[in-house]
Amino acid sequence: MIFDSFDQPMNPLPSNIACSHASLSAVEWQRTADELKEIGATFLTLWGSDNCDRNGGFSIHSAFLHPEGTFVLTHAIASLTNPTYPTLAHAFPAALRMERATRDLLGIASTAPDQRPWLRHNGWAANIYPLRKDFVPQVATDNSQLTTSPYPFVQVEGDGVHEIAVGPVHAGIIEPGHFRFSVVGEKVLRLEERLGYTHRGIAKQFESLAQKDGHRLAARISGDSTVAFSWAYSAALEAITRTVCPVRAVHLRALALEHERIANHLGDLGALGNDAGFAFGLTQFSRLKEDLLRANLDAFGARYLFDTICPGGVAADLPQMAYAHLVHLYRTLDHEVAGLRAIYGEHGGLQDRFRESGLLSSDLARQLGAVGLVARASGIAQDLRVDHPWPPYDKLATTMVTENAGDVAARVQIRFREIFESLRLCRALLAELSHTSVEANPIATTVTAAKPDCLGIGVIEGWRGPVMIALETGANGSIRRCHAHDPSWQNWPLLEYAILRNIVPDFPLINKSFNLSYSGQDG
Amino acid sequence: MFNTLSRMIRTGILTEPLPAGGEAPPAVESMQHDLWKILGRALCIRHVDAGSCNGCELEIHALNNPYYNLEGAGIKFVASPRHADLLLVTGPVSVNMEEALRRTYDAIPEPKIVVAIGDCSACGGMFSARGENKPASYASRGGIANVIPVNHTVRGCPPAPAAILAGILQAVAAC
Repeated sequence: MIFDSFDQPMNPLPSNIACSHASLSAVEWQRTADELKEIGATFLTLWGSDNCDRNGGFSIHSAFLHPEGTFVLTHAIASLTNPTYPTLAHAFPAALRMERATRDLLGIASTAPDQRPWLRHNGWAANIYPLRKDFVPQVATDNSQLTTSPYPFVQVEGDGVHEIAVGPVHAGIIEPGHFRFSVVGEKVLRLEERLGYTHRGIAKQFESLAQKDGHRLAARISGDSTVAFSWAYSAALEAITRTVCPVRAVHLRALALEHERIANHLGDLGALGNDAGFAFGLTQFSRLKEDLLRANLDAFGARYLFDTICPGGVAADLPQMAYAHLVHLYRTLDHEVAGLRAIYGEHGGLQDRFRESGLLSSDLARQLGAVGLVARASGIAQDLRVDHPWPPYDKLATTMVTENAGDVAARVQIRFREIFESLRLCRALLAELSHTSVEANPIATTVTAAKPDCLGIGVIEGWRGPVMIALETGANGSIRRCHAHDPSWQNWPLLEYAILRNIVPDFPLINKSFNLSYSGQDG
Repeated sequence: MFNTLSRMIRTGILTEPLPAGGEAPPAVESMQHDLWKILGRALCIRHVDAGSCNGCELEIHALNNPYYNLEGAGIKFVASPRHADLLLVTGPVSVNMEEALRRTYDAIPEPKIVVAIGDCSACGGMFSARGENKPASYASRGGIANVIPVNHTVRGCPPAPAAILAGILQAVAAC
């Protein structure tokens, strides 16, 4: 056990998977991160909290995934006037943007050299920190004193180098973000992303909600991952309150999560075909996706499964007529997607665009800390459903899907193969649901208000990768702090590498093969 | 190639009738005729996400699938606001998107129609205080109408594609 050398013991934290927590000094905080890097742990997230209202100062927290479970590290920062903590970005580059975001929202800085703002553009003053407990909303919305300063992009210089600025408003029906390309001719020398445009203040908004209502906000962090986020939130709250979710509800949740995975993969496969000039692919896959969404409406009462999952269980049971319909749908999807996979595979023009585009080598992916679907397409075997199966995945024996090439073609193949695996899981879940009686098995149980000052972690493998909620309870059923993490945080910086040496016209295709969330990372 | 063609034939035409825009459900032909009368060409839509969760975007996307077949009705999405007649806006307006939204609106030539999509676009949704359309937080300006003039709003979280399409048709019919 690597933590034997600690002065502080590891304590278990409430979570849906094994989770331990340690409070560390500044030196230990960084040393432990280095040790975790050495043993191959995956960096999950980083967030800060303010306890100044009860004489506790500021704290910084980080979370890691490891074969033994999740590790959460906390470092209490001594200084109140100039709160800083040692950066983790030297070991885990993905931590950098999270450190910058933590500074924007909480005013505690890491020791990393890059201290440019990330989520704060020019909308509120630099000395206003929304997540501090003494924050006054009226001051933040008074923008009469605001000064605007341009964002210092890294400049590339040399003969024939020029910049292409794209966004925040893009040419399609997609979320906003800014891409700054430095190019020579059509070849990309450097890409720098600037995100944060859809920052809606989710973390602050959580603090105005009761624990029992938080899942509704969690469901709206990233609309395409609504099931994953509302499950992660519910899992965190249930772990804190020691609520055991009824078996039937657990199966319905997994069914919803796999439907979400299939729907997103179908949408992406169509869009990827379209971005490579194969409109037939878009037509076919968007029709299959629509079939699934309509089935969702009949089975769960919502096309995109918003608010299907709530603390304690699920909102509604499947209507009786849904079973036969879903069995038929799964069979159709299996058959149709297999046929389309063959067509994609045999299409020379398509494969020419897919192969070796947007290459992310296994070494680089590992070094930079890729997660989820993108990691699996670069040969990193990592899937919470397999590594840390929480109910009902502990009974489902999910098969991990990996590819080694790390190019667009590999990310396409991952999606095809995961659809088949998810369809298998859906069939198993549906069979389980149809065998148990609706009357004898409730779909939800009551969640009592949690004790104050409890920290709970919910981690769910969404379709993009691991989604996490860290929930800290307040008094009388309130939320003291809630940190939501989308896997896009880790994978956005990887896109900056995957595009290198490719041509600008291939960017939409490569970007789509990652299909990362703007709203999920902007928060 | 044979597989591709045979699949196209097997899939057939899936397009469904348009939803009710005014009092009577418009046939595709009459819809096209009306648009032609008003605009002299297809209705061109520019979309801006002013801070949504992407849920509304996914449903707007669905309008292009074969079931709704938006382009078949003479409506298309364009890449520049300068080519657009109608602006489709989603989300509460995030503080960081306020300027981009204003600029996009200004870039659309007159006459222009703005249709706000989703509960957040109507009142800020979960990002406003107690459902009131007030700039509740440091990061959100609330509903779209707090920033640019709105002609028509489609409620829902997210609204279904048919509701979005009906909203677009109602907004055009009211002009």
